[in-house]
Amino acid sequence: MKLQSWGNYPLIDHKTTLLSDEASLGEFMKSDACFIAYGNGRSYGDSALAEHLLYTKGYDYFLDFDEDSGVLECTSGVTLEQILDLVVPKGWFLAITPGTKLITVGGAIASDIHGKNHHIEGCFSECVESMRVMLASSEVVEVSKDDELFLATCGGMGLTGVILSAKMRLKKIDSSTIDQTTIKTKNLKETFEAFESYKEYSYSVAWIDALASGDELGRSLLMVGEFAKSGGLEYKSKTKLSVPFYLPSFTLNSLSVRAFNYLYYTKAKSGISYSKVSIDSFFYPLDAIANWNKIYGKNGFTQYQIIVPKEQSYEALSKILSLIAKSGKGSFLAVLKLHGKANANYLSFPLEGYSLALDFKIEDDLFALLDELDKVVLEYGGRVYLTKDVRVERESFDAGYERADLFRSFREANGMREKFNSLQSKRLGL
Amino acid sequence: MSWVLVVGATSDIAKDLARIYAQNGYDLYLSARDSSKLTTLQRDLIVRSKVEVKLLDLDVSEFSSHASVVASLDPMPSGVIVASGVMFEQGESQSDFSKAREMIDVNYTGVVSLLELFASEAEAKKSGFIVALSSVAGDRGRASNYLYGSTKSALSAYLSGLRNRLHKSGVQVLTVKSGFVHTKMTAHLDLPPLLTASSQEIAKDIFTSQQKRKDVIYTKSIWFFIMLIIKHIPEAIFKKTNI
Repeated sequence: MKLQSWGNYPLIDHKTTLLSDEASLGEFMKSDACFIAYGNGRSYGDSALAEHLLYTKGYDYFLDFDEDSGVLECTSGVTLEQILDLVVPKGWFLAITPGTKLITVGGAIASDIHGKNHHIEGCFSECVESMRVMLASSEVVEVSKDDELFLATCGGMGLTGVILSAKMRLKKIDSSTIDQTTIKTKNLKETFEAFESYKEYSYSVAWIDALASGDELGRSLLMVGEFAKSGGLEYKSKTKLSVPFYLPSFTLNSLSVRAFNYLYYTKAKSGISYSKVSIDSFFYPLDAIANWNKIYGKNGFTQYQIIVPKEQSYEALSKILSLIAKSGKGSFLAVLKLHGKANANYLSFPLEGYSLALDFKIEDDLFALLDELDKVVLEYGGRVYLTKDVRVERESFDAGYERADLFRSFREANGMREKFNSLQSKRLGL
Repeated sequence: MSWVLVVGATSDIAKDLARIYAQNGYDLYLSARDSSKLTTLQRDLIVRSKVEVKLLDLDVSEFSSHASVVASLDPMPSGVIVASGVMFEQGESQSDFSKAREMIDVNYTGVVSLLELFASEAEAKKSGFIVALSSVAGDRGRASNYLYGSTKSALSAYLSGLRNRLHKSGVQVLTVKSGFVHTKMTAHLDLPPLLTASSQEIAKDIFTSQQKRKDVIYTKSIWFFIMLIIKHIPEAIFKKTNI
């Protein structure tokens, strides 16, 4: 069967096995199959692609929910959307959520995803109290925070075993409305200052005009928010719009993206503005349009997400943004975010500093540009996010992740290298 | 609240049906040959909807056990949904009669044995509903799938007669003719996206149709038109085709 992940690139042929219960997974594990778990297919690149995939999405069961303490236990195929539908009306919210609710719990752990509150709450692994994982030997183990398996599995891209279920802590909310403040900044310096002065806010993220240059380089709309103290707990998913087919790949060119960015930036009120918005429009704006990935055309796209330490961020991002502005490539989805301290997990992405995420459609000369950007990132001690990646080279990866070898030897020692592999893990020799 | 029995609750469509019925306040009996496989689903339904969920060992092809299993139900369900079924490859079942026999027993004979018991209960009470999952494969026998198709054809004819009989008692009988569905049973097949539904879509369709007291549905509905054409191709031509 043919399949792509969210970036629609690459297209691969694969064999399929479905995860339906532990017993049958145990049998499958004992076979000589080498595979990778595949959840809802929302990682952008090749981290969940392989010749043999284990589909986990149908394994979507809630096991327990304590409405007083806010501890939820569910199997790995449950999506964040299913969780929200269940818990928001009862006054709870995900402690950590990324910019889409259409991912599975297993995927959230394997990518150790982060959200708009990373500077305060950290990565997804922070809210995971324990989990159950099936190892390559088919043994099922209960994993808690102090275990080495926890450090390797959170952010471990599914390369340590099959995550079966997890127990996680939710966050109490008083309403399903968010008080949002938008700050319009004129350049990168102002953007950074705004992040600093609003860092007490629980949630913050900036949309950045990646095609602006010169004095306007780094101009942004910083959006910060807090859950409102009152306003009801109603939560209904809206009817979705959808992109019914692939748009021709010339739809997004430097002209149309420049025009979009110009309009998006100028239509925002100057200075500071306030609004009340729903959970979906604050956290998951793109989920409102199903298959938005098709706007990049049939050749697909990739997201380039990097992070650099805080002290070097200004210089590094200035350089990166200049290179992108000069290339004329760049997307209307460019996102900047200030992160808190790194955790101890072997392959988790965030470190204390600024991350930048940009979508690029796949074109002949794109990877050369990204290689050039990699050099800048590494020069300043940064790294690339595996969940979005489809092309980074092993050398660049190793230079960014100081625990990569620790992860490799852990895999080696536990028979995981023969069992769990993705196109990405093979490329990176993980 | 009223109880609904889902027969063959380990299937993907049954899982989604159970969720929709629970969400709408129905308490559930879930049955399977080995009901210990349903404990995870049971927990899930309780967390999601706080309804009562009871598990039941029931082997559809073990006809002699049916009367005692049905008699053990207290309260008696007001609705029965038959989602059980097996499908073997045509070639395999052509050369091995035990495969064909198993399909006949599970997809047809066993359903008749069970539903006759419920039909009498419902007829006496003058209320209730019966839903059974048939297939578009039962609308016309084709070389590639006629052993499976014939079991569904027999089932569809049975349900049609049962509906006729129970109509005057106010009991609804819904025949569900589904086309391609993405499930465990079809995971290895490359199915045409426009003609293939997810198990959630099918379950939603079935629930809505049952609540509206419909008789026969095709799901996805495009299958009604496809089968309309296929059923009307003259036999002299049809026998030469390869569809």
